[in-house]
Amino acid sequence: MNTAVDMSRFVRSENIEALPPPNLARGPVAWVRENLFSGPVNTLLTLAVIYLLYILIPPIVDFLFVNAVWTGTDRAACRAETAGHPVGACWAFVIEKINFFTYGSYPAAERWRVNIFFALLALGVGWLLWLKAPRRDLGAIYFFWLFPVLSYILLTGGNVSLGLGFWIKFAVASAVFLAVLAAAAYALKTSMRSAVLIGGGIVAVIGITLALVNVDWGLRPVPSAFWGGILVTLLVATVGIVFSLPFGILLALGRRSKLPILRLASVIFIEFVRGVPLITVLIMANTMLPLFLPADMTVDRLARPLIGVAFFASAYMAEVVRGGLQAMPKGQYEGAMSLGLNYPQMMVFIILPQALRIVIPGIVNTFIGLFKDTSLVSVVGIFDLVKTIEASRIDPNWAAPTISYTGYAFAALFYFIFCFGMSRYSLGVERRLATGQKR
Amino acid sequence: MQTAISQASPPKKSFLYDPRVRGIFYQVLLVCVVAYLFYMAASNAIENLRRAKIASGFGFLENTAGFDISQTLITFSAAGSTYGDAFVVGLLNTLLVSAIGIVFATLLGFTVGIARLSTNWMVAKVAMVYVELLRNIPLLLQLLFWYIAVLGPLPQPRDSYVMGAGFFLNSRGLFMPRPIYASDAWVIGAAFAIGVVGTIVFRRWAKKQQESTGRQYPVGLATIGLVLGLPIAAWLVLALANANPVSFDLPVKGTFNLRGGMQILPEFVALLVGLVTYTAAFIAEVVRAGILAVSKGQTEAAGSLGLKPGQTLRLVVIPQAMRVIIPPLTSQYLNLTKNSSLAVAIGYPDLVQVFMGTVLNQTGQAIEVVTITMGVYLTISLVTSFVMNIYNRRVAIVER
Repeated sequence: MNTAVDMSRFVRSENIEALPPPNLARGPVAWVRENLFSGPVNTLLTLAVIYLLYILIPPIVDFLFVNAVWTGTDRAACRAETAGHPVGACWAFVIEKINFFTYGSYPAAERWRVNIFFALLALGVGWLLWLKAPRRDLGAIYFFWLFPVLSYILLTGGNVSLGLGFWIKFAVASAVFLAVLAAAAYALKTSMRSAVLIGGGIVAVIGITLALVNVDWGLRPVPSAFWGGILVTLLVATVGIVFSLPFGILLALGRRSKLPILRLASVIFIEFVRGVPLITVLIMANTMLPLFLPADMTVDRLARPLIGVAFFASAYMAEVVRGGLQAMPKGQYEGAMSLGLNYPQMMVFIILPQALRIVIPGIVNTFIGLFKDTSLVSVVGIFDLVKTIEASRIDPNWAAPTISYTGYAFAALFYFIFCFGMSRYSLGVERRLATGQKR
Repeated sequence: MQTAISQASPPKKSFLYDPRVRGIFYQVLLVCVVAYLFYMAASNAIENLRRAKIASGFGFLENTAGFDISQTLITFSAAGSTYGDAFVVGLLNTLLVSAIGIVFATLLGFTVGIARLSTNWMVAKVAMVYVELLRNIPLLLQLLFWYIAVLGPLPQPRDSYVMGAGFFLNSRGLFMPRPIYASDAWVIGAAFAIGVVGTIVFRRWAKKQQESTGRQYPVGLATIGLVLGLPIAAWLVLALANANPVSFDLPVKGTFNLRGGMQILPEFVALLVGLVTYTAAFIAEVVRAGILAVSKGQTEAAGSLGLKPGQTLRLVVIPQAMRVIIPPLTSQYLNLTKNSSLAVAIGYPDLVQVFMGTVLNQTGQAIEVVTITMGVYLTISLVTSFVMNIYNRRVAIVER
């Protein structure tokens, strides 16, 4: 190009007016075009999904809300021929049975105890899960010691009446235990004071626990055969988490230990429990536990599946915790050792606080699985929420075609709210923890 | 090294400070505690069993079962079969529902997982709602729901839906013609086997050809032709040469029930649907995580090479995502197999329902029955993870 040619030049002195944006580049129409109808395949997909929703949604809405029956005292309200209109969900049934679904057959006059248990549980869970809560160490003590003891007293009525003989035996055993610790401290030439303090602490915790359980609080005893519904569902889940977390940590440490027999024992336990279905563990606890105990010792029918669930959850928790232990950089271990910390100090003060923090999402996810799995105790005859619904839906007083669906819908809603809430929490924590790594 | 240290002669310390000594001490303590617990459990069990007059040992497997099972893959009768046979029946039923469930859950799970990543907003949201809904409701509840949802609308046997061609549907299940094989029917099976082997050989050859020359062969057509065409051809040849090798036993409507034919239990359908939809939600999440783990550059590079989105997904993204997907997918398969034990809640005769339920109740031999059942699940778990580990090693990235 020869630019030296003499030609008139044109330099624009003012901006030309901007063209209007393409009609379909923004706004709802453009969004729909881009996200729903961007091509023939997508258009077909969208239409197919709309058709699917058209088939599915109206009947569900009709069933749950439009045709639902909200008031009524018996089956007449929920049968199409007596009600005179098509009947969807029979919420009147749930409203009428809500106390049974919540407390089972727990005596009506004592239900305030269950309500306090729910409140204590909510307090403990909130304290531990809210990452900015004050004094979460106290929260842990509360959740793993005080709360179980209080719950036990509240729900059963306490007043185990252990008897004088037991206390004498307990005193002797404590004295022997303290003496052994003191002797060990002497032989090792370590601080006698810390040995006695630790030993005394353990004895005191066990003693206080037993004393609290032993005292007559004036509460009417309620045998566990009367418990049921949401109470039992939450109880099984709580026992699962309270036992599985400490026990799972021990198993995870055992699996990572350098001592071969300890490691082998942990691996066998974890892999065995993870390799079998929970139902078989529950049936095992139900049928074999009484066999393995002396004939004069009976295990409460509710306690058997609780033990099964506690073991089962521990194995899964152990694998989650192991993930956290393995994710710790080696420098943390080496740093702790170079400071002269021994194994328990290294674990308690350096490794576990960090490792547990990064596996909070994993712990919560395991707990969601555990929470859903608690429904299985109904298979071995425990009156949890599912079982109370199974028992109520065949109540002749409420014999109507949609009763079963209503009961299941209620249970599904209950489980969904809890599990979905926990999964959102877990996601939130995950994101919060990831912010440190993402730069 | 060793001598240098000993020459330095460290200050003599109590052997109690030696970590090895402490380690041995702790382990001996552990062994003692465990051994004591086992001893107590065993002695109590012997005492309790003696008092309850319950036999022990595995002799009961030879005893006559005396109960019927609604779905049996081998011949089984209350009078002529033993508890051992009942065990085999239960095990086969568990394996049947698990195997079919795994196939369908994989298909549905991959579909939903890919749908969650779709650019189509509506498809992605529907997939998300599916996953969140199914994952957060206990499987037991879903099974109970499917059971009454499947069973509820079905009529009594006498009012069966007649679907034609020997198909009937009623509250006892779906009845359909049962094939009866003549003595020369094995030819068809052999033709099918040859077809499968031929397909594998052809696919390998076609892949090698494509890698070396770039030419593509109609693999899909060849597969259909070999796997379906060969058996059909064999059937036709046999049917023309002499009598029909496969005839059908049609179910016949009686007064109260249907006789003959093949029956698919409503319990089976409910369990299968429940397991498939539930596990698919988890598999979808696994698949999504795997696909997201493949870096975006791979998709862009594939696009710049001119591959279509479908090809990109099939040839570039999924093969790489599989490395991330396989380990959690394995554990989902195992979960499905273990969850099939929930059959006990709706009465499908699986291993737990037959063996840990009926047989345990009849014999009372809890220890033996529980040991055998748990052993089976453990074996399935260990074998599956072993096989999947081998596969995992094969698809793992080979560092060069």
